[in-house]
Amino acid sequence: MGFDGLMPIDCDIHPAVPGMQALLPYIDDHWRETIISRGIDGLDLNLYPPGAEISCRPDWRPESGKPGTSFEQLRTQALDGFGARIAICNCLYGGPAMYSEDLGAAICRATNLWMAREWLDRDPRLRASIVVPVQSPELAVEEIERCAPDRRFVQVLMFAAGEQPLGRRPHWPIYEAAQRHGLPIGIHAGSSHRHPNSGIGWTQYLLQDHAAFAQTFQAQLLSLLAEGVFSRFPTLKFVLMESGFTWLPPFMWRAVKMWRGLRREIPWVDRSPADIIRERVRITIQPADAPPDPAQMRRTLEMIGADEMFLFSSDYPHWRFEGEAALPGGFSPELVRKILVDNPLATYPRLKEVLS
Amino acid sequence: MNDGPVMQAERPAAQKIGMIDCDIHPMMRSPADVLPYLSTRWREHYQTIGPRYRQPFLGSSAYPKATPQLSRRDSWPPAGGPPGSDLDFMREQHLDPLGIELGMLQPLFPRGMDERNLDFAAAMCRAVNDWQVEAWTSKEPRLKANITVACDNPIAAVEEIERCAKSGHHVQVSFATRAIEPLGSRKYWPIYEAAERHNLPLGLHSVGNNGNAVQPGGAPSYYFEEHQCVSLSLHAMVASMVIEGVFEAFPQLKLIVIEGGFAWAASLGWRLDAHWQRFRAEVPHLKRPPSEYLRRNVWYTTQPMDEAEKPAYLRDMIDWVGWDRVLFATDYPHWDSDDPRFSLKLRMSEDERAQILGGNARALFGIA
Amino acid sequence: MARHVVATTGEIAPGSSKLVTVRGRSVALFNRDGEYFAISNTCPHAGGSLCHGALVSLVQSSRPGQYELSRRGEMLQCPWHGWEFDIRTGQSWCDPESFRARAYQVTVEPGETLAKGPYVAETFPVAVEGEYVVVEF
Ligand code: FES
Repeated sequence: MGFDGLMPIDCDIHPAVPGMQALLPYIDDHWRETIISRGIDGLDLNLYPPGAEISCRPDWRPESGKPGTSFEQLRTQALDGFGARIAICNCLYGGPAMYSEDLGAAICRATNLWMAREWLDRDPRLRASIVVPVQSPELAVEEIERCAPDRRFVQVLMFAAGEQPLGRRPHWPIYEAAQRHGLPIGIHAGSSHRHPNSGIGWTQYLLQDHAAFAQTFQAQLLSLLAEGVFSRFPTLKFVLMESGFTWLPPFMWRAVKMWRGLRREIPWVDRSPADIIRERVRITIQPADAPPDPAQMRRTLEMIGADEMFLFSSDYPHWRFEGEAALPGGFSPELVRKILVDNPLATYPRLKEVLS
Repeated sequence: MNDGPVMQAERPAAQKIGMIDCDIHPMMRSPADVLPYLSTRWREHYQTIGPRYRQPFLGSSAYPKATPQLSRRDSWPPAGGPPGSDLDFMREQHLDPLGIELGMLQPLFPRGMDERNLDFAAAMCRAVNDWQVEAWTSKEPRLKANITVACDNPIAAVEEIERCAKSGHHVQVSFATRAIEPLGSRKYWPIYEAAERHNLPLGLHSVGNNGNAVQPGGAPSYYFEEHQCVSLSLHAMVASMVIEGVFEAFPQLKLIVIEGGFAWAASLGWRLDAHWQRFRAEVPHLKRPPSEYLRRNVWYTTQPMDEAEKPAYLRDMIDWVGWDRVLFATDYPHWDSDDPRFSLKLRMSEDERAQILGGNARALFGIA
Repeated sequence: MARHVVATTGEIAPGSSKLVTVRGRSVALFNRDGEYFAISNTCPHAGGSLCHGALVSLVQSSRPGQYELSRRGEMLQCPWHGWEFDIRTGQSWCDPESFRARAYQVTVEPGETLAKGPYVAETFPVAVEGEYVVVEF
């Protein structure tokens, strides 16, 4: 392995739900009947069409079936492949994007039950994020409460784009529950498509869907800042997944600049947004919107100025890099060490419990 | 302790540089000043129905601005009228003391660019374009007019470009950056064809409301957010025009991104290139990495100036974006405007400074 | 340090300001309900002319959604990008350590006292019967 003998903690891998059939054993009678009688299926996010290059690295692509559905493959390719000591499963299935709060909640619940039984039970290295029905904060809190006693759930997962900006008050019960249970909020690229995928409208290409998340994540950080979420939930961490990060320096400069002039509108933000972001936001490193020259990356990291922010991720099975080159060029050995192990442990309190 | 502004010690007199301000906002003394430039039909429409934008209020954005008329508090003309409405005062407060050789007008209020009634939109754009000449550029040769068009009425937009292109007053084309469709959409290509044919840059100032949330995760609560989200939408706009093939179809087309700053463009290029690797088959019309179109077809105005935590970082950003890509703009008289004497807080050679303050714009607009 | 007579009390209405020049430096003078303040006129951020700024209250908050106003009219907001300065100390609210506008001592003195000197009145004569704004510089 190219990690100096360190066993990395992989903070973003993607087991996939093969289809609704797989969730039926985990769903109550009414919804099982409904799902069967209405033929409800196909809730994979359209961000990752199974056949698209981005959705699966060629050497990871299964003979048949959707990428990420085979436990055996995930074990050899992601866990053994990177020598991971731990990997966090983020299941991107459609529960959070349903318009019906109740159906959404039922699917989220089934997804979590399925995750625990079919994945976490099968390999002690696996952890998972709790998928929650964001469209109903009340039901989302219920689901957090239900899953939290299982210490293998280490985070609460939300899509980067939903109905309302993430800082808005209706989401606060979710944050309250997460903070109480020591679960960071993981914000993953993904959208419930309540609004166009960019501030200028619906764009044409899947490439744009992916590229536009840089702006989405920035806007959501602004929302979390402006609404005062960081001060209201003082120990809660937010992990951005598949966000990229080289946009951070100009983003932070601008946020600080605007805060200096407009802070009277949001006086609960009583210190520099850049300081808050460095302290409370964490980012998985793949996919990296990396510059061509490692020297530019080094300089960008210096501008970001917070090595603690970065968490190792392979983004398995998505195709982001070749071979074992999961670390973009320009990362120093000290930074790599932090990214692989120290930062994930500091970010996810529950990972420490099991390791000790 | 810093009790004076950070200034460049070796700052040369602005006059020597021949500064070009790529963003000045002229205002009408009263919106009714537009009436003489409208036909009877549209004058009556204006007086009965009036402008309709995709926002709830008649006279305000739903994100109230930082200051009255979103303007610097020192920019209200002593003789009356709103900021930016008095040519003499603009000369006295802005053009003369800053040594501005050329100023590019960006009229925003009233406007037709994102008016919902598409015929009225065209009439309003036309009126604003004539007003700029009569009230400003014919009286003050340092000022240059802008062909404002309603891009969601592309046929009328092209007609308007044809009408104004040879006026001798209009030097660029402008329309809503948040239009009904992303600006890469083919719906708008006839406008790009006309602009390219007349060698008129697109000077796209962040303006317009498509009625959608300003960010994909929903409408934010505060002006603090909205202000920066609008800039983010400019990143998406550039991406859209690049990825949807505008600059492949119109290789000579010049896009100036106005009022978005510039430092973000480096990361945007890296990101687009990285994703493009996986999607080349989806966008075969792109013959080169996206960042190359940025380097060839896109320019950025400085305002609101990126304020790096260390001045050296700002130099890095310009290195990465391209020294020939950055154009100085003040945004006079708006509250977040930049003064060239104070806002360029980085070490630059005389040549570099001259390039940003005027040279790049001179080359771009083809001014000798 | 000298006493500079810069204005008569009558010429600056409550809530308004006057730009004065003291020893070649521009100073913004404010009357906040009869209390006078003087601050160097050039904003340390990017050169805004502070005498055009607005006197506002200090806004703080103990939790999101709550706005707590205090020190009415004692924060000076720059007419350009809206930075706030404590009119008493000149310190910026957002970065008091790094950015401040210089604040000067201001007193109101009767012409009678001033007549005993020493004082500097560069721009206008001082009469025994008047009241004057005096800046220590
Ligand atoms: S110049 Fe005063 S806040 Fe910018």
